Amino acid sequence: MTVAVSILPEQQLAVLNAAYRQAVARKRLRLLLGVVIFAAALLLAAIGAEVNLRTLFAYFGNFISYFDRILTLDNGQRVWTDVGEWLWGWRKWLKMLGETLLISYVGTLIGATFAFVLNFFAAENTSPAPWLRFVVQRLLEFARTVPGIVFALIFVIAFGLGPMAGVLAIAIHCTGALGKLFSEIVENADMKPVEGIRSTGASWLACMRFAILPQVTAGYASYALLRFEINVREASVMGFVGAGGIGQELVVAIRKFYYSDVSAILLTIIVTVFIIDITTGWLRGRLFGKEART
Amino acid sequence: MTRPQEVDTAQVRARYPDVFGRPASARLAMPAMIVAAFAILVYGLVDLEFSPQRFLAGLGELGWISMMMIPPDPGSSLPIYLKALGETLSIALLGTTLAALFALPVSLLAARNVVPSKILRFPVRRFLDSIRGIDTLIWALVWINVVGLGPFAGVLAIAVSDFGAFGKLFSEAIEGADQKQVEGIRASGGSALHEIRFGLLPQVLPVIAGQVLYFIESNTRSATIIGIVGAGGIGLQLAEQIRVLEWQRVSFLILMILVAVAAIDFISGKLRFAIIGRRAVA
Repeated sequence: MTVAVSILPEQQLAVLNAAYRQAVARKRLRLLLGVVIFAAALLLAAIGAEVNLRTLFAYFGNFISYFDRILTLDNGQRVWTDVGEWLWGWRKWLKMLGETLLISYVGTLIGATFAFVLNFFAAENTSPAPWLRFVVQRLLEFARTVPGIVFALIFVIAFGLGPMAGVLAIAIHCTGALGKLFSEIVENADMKPVEGIRSTGASWLACMRFAILPQVTAGYASYALLRFEINVREASVMGFVGAGGIGQELVVAIRKFYYSDVSAILLTIIVTVFIIDITTGWLRGRLFGKEART
Repeated sequence: MTRPQEVDTAQVRARYPDVFGRPASARLAMPAMIVAAFAILVYGLVDLEFSPQRFLAGLGELGWISMMMIPPDPGSSLPIYLKALGETLSIALLGTTLAALFALPVSLLAARNVVPSKILRFPVRRFLDSIRGIDTLIWALVWINVVGLGPFAGVLAIAVSDFGAFGKLFSEAIEGADQKQVEGIRASGGSALHEIRFGLLPQVLPVIAGQVLYFIESNTRSATIIGIVGAGGIGLQLAEQIRVLEWQRVSFLILMILVAVAAIDFISGKLRFAIIGRRAVA
């Protein structure tokens, strides 16, 4: 079977071909330009960050041997050959780990409560007044842009050393982060129930309670659980600046070169984070069905 | 017009018992959970040594500190701060790029549609998870031990900790890709590498580019803090000024960070729209 492919006249074809080549060339040029700009930015950044490949290669052995060292006990044996010796401080570490978990729990709960109160003022569809919305939004933005550990540094000076500073730092950061997410959920909520409730003469508070809240609680809980996970990780380093938790032990072990302790504490942190990840994932799945799991 | 039928409530109630009377366990579940959550909170507050006096004293101190912060003033160290900010941006850019470069091949190994064998995927995924489970600050401390104090340690710390995050995100993007293109390449006789290069990558690259840009944005934030443990950038200045209680400089530095983060947000938002279109971002 023959298929007739109509071939355009030479003249017409030449014009089309030229146009095609030009379009391709323009696209390539743009890509090339982008790559060049990116490479230039990288080069500039490499100078700015004092990147020194020679140091990296010279010391890369150190990186490998660091892991070698933290996996070796004082007596020169591998850590897993003598688990009792490796995890000698497990009572103390578990206690600090419990403190870390408690810090993130209390911080998340306080932060989520504040976010819960504030988000209705920050959402476009429920805010009672535009100026209030603007103020609350800027407040939340400030709370989430300043890193939690910076708050912790300042709070350690104001409230003294200890977990209290860590809790407050996490609570503030969490308020900012959750407030934004919560208000986005509210903005996606269906407004028809609100109209229904308002038509009965109900106040703003009643509208929120009976029209918005039932639609959004599942989303709130899901995000709060996710945030708890993140906060556990954050609380694990709060101790670096003296704000309580396991980080304190870790930073001491790293600075004083207690190699096997470093790996032992890291192991407990990783295992805890795994357990929290799995538990909250399971909880979210249980509470909100399959689609909330992602 | 017919009047609605008079309903025999008792009968309906008998027919649908679970609509009218929820079992006590279901009704009690919510209050019980709230009470439990609250009880843990109270226990936590006591255990973490919260006391009203301490809280009020701290608040007073905090108020005093905030007063001292006004007006923000860099003193004579503005050039140093600007250099530190540049260092921070460099750390974020380089760290993220390095992480993305290394994560791409590894994420292929963790994707279900590239490596069907669960036994091969499992260790890769757990490896990525473990890297992600360790905070950037801890990685920074480790790298300081290896290459010494300074921004280079910061770059490596961000690169390693993002490597874990990217590996997961990229492999999810790859799993979400359409398999038909890959099948097409296979049908025309392409090798496994061809399948990835011409079937998968064109689909996932825009998604990945968007994620990388988003991470550069969020890494500007992380890069501001790794200086606190000595890995370069503006965090180093910030921590120093906080320790010596130069509050006006602290507030100036915080403002600088806020402005820089907002600027990066703006630029990378624009770029993301340009690369993957407005719809895909939202």
